[in-house]
Amino acid sequence: MSVTLETRDLTIRFGGHVAVNRVSCVFRPGELTAIVGPNGAGKTTYFNLISGQLRPTVGQVLLAGDDITRLSAPLRTRAGLGRAFQLTNLFPNLSVEENVRLAVQAAAGVHYDMLRPWMKRADLIARADAILEEVALASRRAVAATALSHGDQRKLEVALMMALEPKVFMFDEPTAGMSVDEVPVVLDLIARLKRDTSKIILLVEHKMDVVRSLADRIIVLHNGQLVADGEPAAVIASPIVQEAYLGIAPGKTAA
Amino acid sequence: MMLLSGDPPRGRVLSALLIVIVLALALTPFLFPGAKAMNVAAKICIFAALVASYDLLLGYTGTVSFAHTMFYGIGSYALAIALYGMGPTWSAVAVGLVVGLPVAAMLALGIGLFSLRVQAIFFAMITLAVASAFLVLASQLSWLTGGEDGRSFRLPELLRPGTVLLSKDTLGFEINGRTLTYYIVFAASGAMILALLRIVNSPFGRVLQAIRENPFRAEALGYRTVFHLTYANCISALVAACAGVLNALWLRYAGPDTSLSFSIMIDILLMVVIGGMGTIYGAILGATIFILAQNYLQALMGAASRAAGEIGLPLLPGLLHPDRWLLWLGLLFIASVYFFPTGIVGRLRAPAK
Repeated sequence: MSVTLETRDLTIRFGGHVAVNRVSCVFRPGELTAIVGPNGAGKTTYFNLISGQLRPTVGQVLLAGDDITRLSAPLRTRAGLGRAFQLTNLFPNLSVEENVRLAVQAAAGVHYDMLRPWMKRADLIARADAILEEVALASRRAVAATALSHGDQRKLEVALMMALEPKVFMFDEPTAGMSVDEVPVVLDLIARLKRDTSKIILLVEHKMDVVRSLADRIIVLHNGQLVADGEPAAVIASPIVQEAYLGIAPGKTAA
Repeated sequence: MMLLSGDPPRGRVLSALLIVIVLALALTPFLFPGAKAMNVAAKICIFAALVASYDLLLGYTGTVSFAHTMFYGIGSYALAIALYGMGPTWSAVAVGLVVGLPVAAMLALGIGLFSLRVQAIFFAMITLAVASAFLVLASQLSWLTGGEDGRSFRLPELLRPGTVLLSKDTLGFEINGRTLTYYIVFAASGAMILALLRIVNSPFGRVLQAIRENPFRAEALGYRTVFHLTYANCISALVAACAGVLNALWLRYAGPDTSLSFSIMIDILLMVVIGGMGTIYGAILGATIFILAQNYLQALMGAASRAAGEIGLPLLPGLLHPDRWLLWLGLLFIASVYFFPTGIVGRLRAPAK
């Protein structure tokens, strides 16, 4: 049985503003879906609704057919939703190593063990070390997260999500603010994750070249609504995307 | 001290200081057999544990609680009321423990589940309100607590000063019930501090630090932070209540001023900050320095003032007059917070890293 992630009529209203408006979509394993749209289109809000930071006004989120709409963020993470945040969101005064170890520990389900010293958990330490190697942060392991360069912080952000070994990877602009030479490291990581065809990968991204090189599918959000969904080439070429990215309201040309 | 936790003090000066303090406390009955020295040493032991338990909350989870003296008081009163009501027997001691500790833990659980899921400031206010209510209750329910006078009681035979366990003839010094009581206090405090060190270095302890650093991210990693905070609150309350039991055991008395007042709460806060938050070891240093200053600064200043007077220095004798000791204590604290913002332990560890 394949594990799918689905949103049904997902809607959230902030006062009179409908930030995400009846978005229904199914995400399948082995598929990297890029979510694009202009600023304020509701991409990050859509992510927050899926990973549980926000509760929808209407609609449902289903993972592997189970309704997870009522689960809190931590329980959704345990169910298999991994999230890397747009604004770097780390444990600033803990070392890089400790940051990753916390994620590894969470993935191992070690929540309330208060009797054994951390240092005795060789399994968790080894796993954290492996992840540090994978994201090329091993040499910075003892540095406090806050002292890392912006690019390294982004990498650590991704490392925390990888450590969780989720079923669904949610990248929110992983390359935002990165210098040109740092971008490929993160893109390589995502490309490597893609090879595991049991994973669902969602990617919010502004850079069209990144989207074009990685995505199997693109969905377009505009004013909170899903306005296009399909093959990258077709979606990018569609008038609606051209117009959305030019800032012209859709609807007039949308048939 | 690196026992059981895998978190050594880190830093030679720090280790040396801790060894000196622990040795001095362990040998106090023989080195400084006077009543005052023993009182000071027992108070240091009890407060080191009490402050360490507060550090678990403030230093590791970043939660500010004003109810710590309440839990301390619950322990003190539980023992006092049991021994007062049932007479000086060991079963009364057991009843005090069996009633007092769960009451403290359950109260902490209730406060935690009720208020830890919302903002930290709300938790602080709730603890303040509950602690104030408890203080009023303790001084009003005179039939139970003895009101403002508190409760004096007698200890079981074995722990009384009159009970000579080893007479002076055998070893050259007397070991009596009081000495035994001191060692109970010393051992129990030590055990609690080691247990806390173990907890903060466990996987659970790491999550507490994560919550202090970024609760939002801790949740996104799958940690249900309310439960972690509530458990930490309960453990902290339990240790505080145990420290309260030891306090009553040593003083043979429990009253609002010695176990519940807010001035004790402020003392605890100062000791945590001076020692270094989020280190546990800081509690030992903070308690030692604070209580030594509280007890001996006045005498020291008296001597200094007289000496200055004899030499004929102007102004100094007045400034150093023993009545001004609180002023100097205050200045000492301001200086220590200014020069060691991360506490003494933070300062001593910094160059090593």
